[in-house]
Amino acid sequence: MGQSEYLLEMLDITKEFPGVKALKGVTLQIRPHEIHALVGENGAGKSTISKCLMGIYTPTSGKIIFDGEERTNYTIKEAMAFGVSMIHQELSPVRDRSIMSNMFLGREPMTKYGTIDWKKMVEEAKKWLKQVELEVDPRTRMADLSVAQMQMVEIARAISTNAKLIIMDEPTSALTEREVEQLFKIMRKLRSEGTSMVYISHKLDEIYKITDRISVFRDGEYIGTEDSDKLPLDRMIQMMVGREVKDMFPKVQCKIGEPFLEVEDLSHSKFFKNVSFDVRRGEIFGIAGLVGAGRTEVIETIFGILGKSGGVVKLAGKEVNIRNSRDAIKSGMALLTEERRHNGIFPILDIRFNTTVANLQGYINKFGLIDKKKIKEDTDEYIRMIGVKTPSATQLIQYLSGGNQQKVLVARWLLTQPEIIFLDEPTRGIDVGAKSEIHKLIGKLASQGKCVVMISSELPEIMGMSDRIMVMREGEVTGILDNTTNVSQEMLMEYASGVRNDYQ
Amino acid sequence: MANSKQIKQTISKYGIVFALIGMIIIISIIRPQFLSYGNILNVMTQSSIYGIMALGVTLIIIAKGIDLSLGSMVAFSGLVLASLSQVGGAAGKMYPNLPELPLVLAILATLAVGAFMGSISGFFVAKTHIPAFIATLGMTTIVRGAALIYSGGKPITNLKPSLLALGGNIGIIPVPVIIYAVMILLTWVLLNYTRFGSDAFAIGGNIHAAEVSGVNIAKAQILVFAFGGVMCAVAATVFAGRVQSVHPGAAVGYELTAIAATTIGGTSQSGGIGTVWGAVVGALVLGVLRNGMTLMGIDAYWQQIAEGAIIIGAVVIDMRKHAGKK
Repeated sequence: MGQSEYLLEMLDITKEFPGVKALKGVTLQIRPHEIHALVGENGAGKSTISKCLMGIYTPTSGKIIFDGEERTNYTIKEAMAFGVSMIHQELSPVRDRSIMSNMFLGREPMTKYGTIDWKKMVEEAKKWLKQVELEVDPRTRMADLSVAQMQMVEIARAISTNAKLIIMDEPTSALTEREVEQLFKIMRKLRSEGTSMVYISHKLDEIYKITDRISVFRDGEYIGTEDSDKLPLDRMIQMMVGREVKDMFPKVQCKIGEPFLEVEDLSHSKFFKNVSFDVRRGEIFGIAGLVGAGRTEVIETIFGILGKSGGVVKLAGKEVNIRNSRDAIKSGMALLTEERRHNGIFPILDIRFNTTVANLQGYINKFGLIDKKKIKEDTDEYIRMIGVKTPSATQLIQYLSGGNQQKVLVARWLLTQPEIIFLDEPTRGIDVGAKSEIHKLIGKLASQGKCVVMISSELPEIMGMSDRIMVMREGEVTGILDNTTNVSQEMLMEYASGVRNDYQ
Repeated sequence: MANSKQIKQTISKYGIVFALIGMIIIISIIRPQFLSYGNILNVMTQSSIYGIMALGVTLIIIAKGIDLSLGSMVAFSGLVLASLSQVGGAAGKMYPNLPELPLVLAILATLAVGAFMGSISGFFVAKTHIPAFIATLGMTTIVRGAALIYSGGKPITNLKPSLLALGGNIGIIPVPVIIYAVMILLTWVLLNYTRFGSDAFAIGGNIHAAEVSGVNIAKAQILVFAFGGVMCAVAATVFAGRVQSVHPGAAVGYELTAIAATTIGGTSQSGGIGTVWGAVVGALVLGVLRNGMTLMGIDAYWQQIAEGAIIIGAVVIDMRKHAGKK
């Protein structure tokens, strides 16, 4: 049998779902020893083709050749057996079991008596964890690891199954910069040892750092494949969106008004202490910091989801006592949460429900009944206004792409007519097109005189959007800066890592 | 092409209705008397008690709960109703000195008792976060014990004619069927057109997102379980009217039939999915099955096996429907 140039060839793959053609004859060719970027906007078909490769979906038509053999109609288990492994964007380990139990789930080493050989499992796990430079006891509970560490465990699991190809779906979306560097180091090491990787990411700068070649999909179609060093950024974006995206951060200069939200010495018994800041009308107030700095917890406390241990929150000069999210919504606050799947969407319910749930009070008529007609009209209007791509408003939200789900959540909060909008990582894991649309919306809200508080781990986003930036480190504020031209990424990192601290 | 797909989707969506129609056709071919007017009303009357209970538990299951104490609650609220509705001057009257109450008052008291019992389960689920399965498992024996204490272990009989009339007919229509129909309508409105129903879907759909979206989770959970208790009290009213006495050991295992009806109707145990019409069709499936098998002379023991098989089969088909979307 002739050696093929490619480890994997997926040729002319089509995948149809009832009513949708998710893939229209796409091609993906991966060489051995290669890190291959798969890019495209949400809905481009990246996840679908990954799932086709993993055996989660069966393609409607097309050909898959892996390691010189054509593969048809296989299951996930068979895919893993012939050497494909996938690390999902949202990891779902068995949290209360140990690292090693997770790594060897379903293929535990056995003693000759047919019981699990724990001793061997520890040794094996140690060996593979060493490969990914994760220095923790394999008996550690999964729940006690950071997201980055869980990912390393996943990678260790993948290489322990002798995976020749690892698909990584947005592996860096929840990682800090340092963790990303570590991940890249391991990826390069694996490549040198002969493993190929498909790298799916919306972080375009990272793609240039780590990948050898780039394949671009758009709307379920194959656009092209280029060597990473021969494909300039603007050209790649153009291939992805089919048009040129000029303004990633359309910061509109707005009239900044009076301080509206004032937070004084806010503390939480566990997560942060003595946080004070104010946000003015028309202002975008960015909060930067590393993962775990307490940023999410600060806004969750203001919003009444977490209980404060001290401090005062004032709205328009008056102290307010917000005990739960109902109080927060009533006093004009909105919170777009960080973890869309965990506490954002209602996956099995439709777009209408998801859009109107926080504003239900606004749809109750004089008989105490819900005005379904008004819900329908409003949902349709917001879907159009925000540009949610969906065949209908009765579609279940779980069938939308991440960016479109996020847009529905934005619509949910706009419907409550908030004065203060908290956005926690509003563009994490969504594509450039949707990202710039959400940025435009944020700018528009500020221009309407609303207070916008935005947490982001992407420094370019924070710097591109904010009027002022608060930086946090380990539960304390290290600085609040006017976002002038002197502010650089390096400077923010210095605040975030505690090298600088000029906050009184 | 699109047409055949649509037909397929329709069949899958309304699969249980087609199954019900299929059952009716087969039974009426074998036993034509099944389709007689009297028998049809009979099936509906027999389905009404657990059908009403199924309405309550549908909302509970949509909100990702479960209630195992429904049968006990029927017994207890039935005893309360019976004790307040005995014929004046009858021997062995529970409250000999109680002046005769209007039936409406007795029923209102019964509904309040039902709401109270349900809200106890709801309270434990909402405030202590113990699983509904455990809370209501405990309530099952607590309420049954309360029923035995309340009645001294004896059935309450000599019910007054106005209560017995609720087990009878108005014209040719059985009153239980009318009550069932009213409850169906009420539940449908509550589930689809009120904050109460919307909150149930929100809690079952994603309790964490519900919290952020401003749903008062504790209140909604207590109300959902209280509604289940109220439906038990309504079922108890029908029960007292039909059986003409209430025994503290009555309605044992009824909760399982009610949960089965709900489940056959496509309400998902994982919460967030469920319909009122599904619960009604599910109750009718069980009613038709029981009636049909009896008409065909199938042994009562075998009937139980058939019923269990239908419950499992219906859910298997329902799960495939959802899996089929992949």
